[in-house]
Amino acid sequence: MVRITYHDTQGGVRTVEAQPGSTVMETALREGVPGIEAECGGACACATCHVYVAPEWTEIVGKPEQMEEDMLDFAFEVRPNSRLSCQIKVTEALDGLVVTTPPRQG
Amino acid sequence: MNDIIKTDAVIIGAGPIGLFAVFELGLLDIKAHLIDILPKIGGQCAELYPEKPIYDIPGFAVVTGQGIVDSLLTQIKPFGATFHLGEMVEELATIGAPGHPLFRLKTDAGKTFEAKVAIIAAGGGSFQPKKPPIADIDRYEGVSVHYAVRKIDRFRGRRVLIVGGGDSALDWVLNLHPVAERITLVHRRDAFRAAPHSVNAMRELVAQKKMDFVLGQVTGLKGADGQLAAATIRGEDATIFDHPTDDLLPFFGLTMKLGPVAAWGLNLHENLVPVDTEKFETSTPGIFAIGDINTYPGKLKLILSGFHEAALAAQKAHRYVYPDKKLLFQYTTSSTSLQKKLGVA
Repeated sequence: MVRITYHDTQGGVRTVEAQPGSTVMETALREGVPGIEAECGGACACATCHVYVAPEWTEIVGKPEQMEEDMLDFAFEVRPNSRLSCQIKVTEALDGLVVTTPPRQG
Repeated sequence: MNDIIKTDAVIIGAGPIGLFAVFELGLLDIKAHLIDILPKIGGQCAELYPEKPIYDIPGFAVVTGQGIVDSLLTQIKPFGATFHLGEMVEELATIGAPGHPLFRLKTDAGKTFEAKVAIIAAGGGSFQPKKPPIADIDRYEGVSVHYAVRKIDRFRGRRVLIVGGGDSALDWVLNLHPVAERITLVHRRDAFRAAPHSVNAMRELVAQKKMDFVLGQVTGLKGADGQLAAATIRGEDATIFDHPTDDLLPFFGLTMKLGPVAAWGLNLHENLVPVDTEKFETSTPGIFAIGDINTYPGKLKLILSGFHEAALAAQKAHRYVYPDKKLLFQYTTSSTSLQKKLGVA
């Protein structure tokens, strides 16, 4: 079982169960977690599923690939721990992952 | 510009569903004009995922977003639809009598259309520029914050701050450089998604000290009465400083907003347009909504659903466009009349 915790900037916290093989974005949509729009449906083409990965998780989650890094140019308030959640695949290693959604996606 | 364009049908949105509507209407001798806010044909397929494979189009084991658009364009070629690209329909007004609908549409480019039916195939709404979440940015919009450049001369002699790393940002750096007093490009990293030759041209200008490049992100604006005085920038090393400027041009790509559709007097449900499932007509007779923009019990946002909806909407549209003609259902495989329209008989 993999559990992911989503924080928002208003102080809201949701912990949900995620299916290995899905993505952090898909998990949020399926569970109705607010703050992630995913306009393009996971094609890495819109930068509206931007999240900040908690500092203790950045190394395990890893860095964005080139296409994602480019697409992050269209996100706002990008930080070194910014990722597009459609590009983070859920694995057993991510059990306990904590991410924060930004104040605005688009 | 002020001549009214009179036609049978206006289709709002030139995505895959709007394109297929041209085909279904065309088989029924209904002429169509298409209007789209994007400067290109194809909607989300062309804008968001031109290279992505789609696996659930009937008859195509796999096709890319651009591939399906190109195929549809070939398919609708016999019907000679007219495209109006880079224009947003701002107004859709009913001017006809009950039972004989007539609609007047106006675009932001100043064109006026009169049509017997209007078909909204606007997908997720209109693609509009993303607005950065900077406090009070709306107070400067239109005066010194611009999301598009309409007249280059508007920036003559001005200090212009351009934000972003894509083609729009780099193109406007290069195009405004000859007229602006000083161009400053702000980007969050020293790498760009824009075309390499634009990036090289920009770097050359920076090397010759003819413009400035600043690593960082704009976090605040200063000015009065809509006129900017400076933008506050958080630099790469987290230092915060003010950069004097007259204009700010942020280029963060596009996002989908429902846009003017909300103002057309149609019933709406959660930013979607409810329709019946027999004709895909809205609460206003003669206005249809097909594809991702509509909703009905069991709706699936699939391209294949939109194709079906286009076919049924066209049947009803025929009744409005040709009230005295009886519609005879025919197959393209066997009907000589349909094959003539397709240019194959």
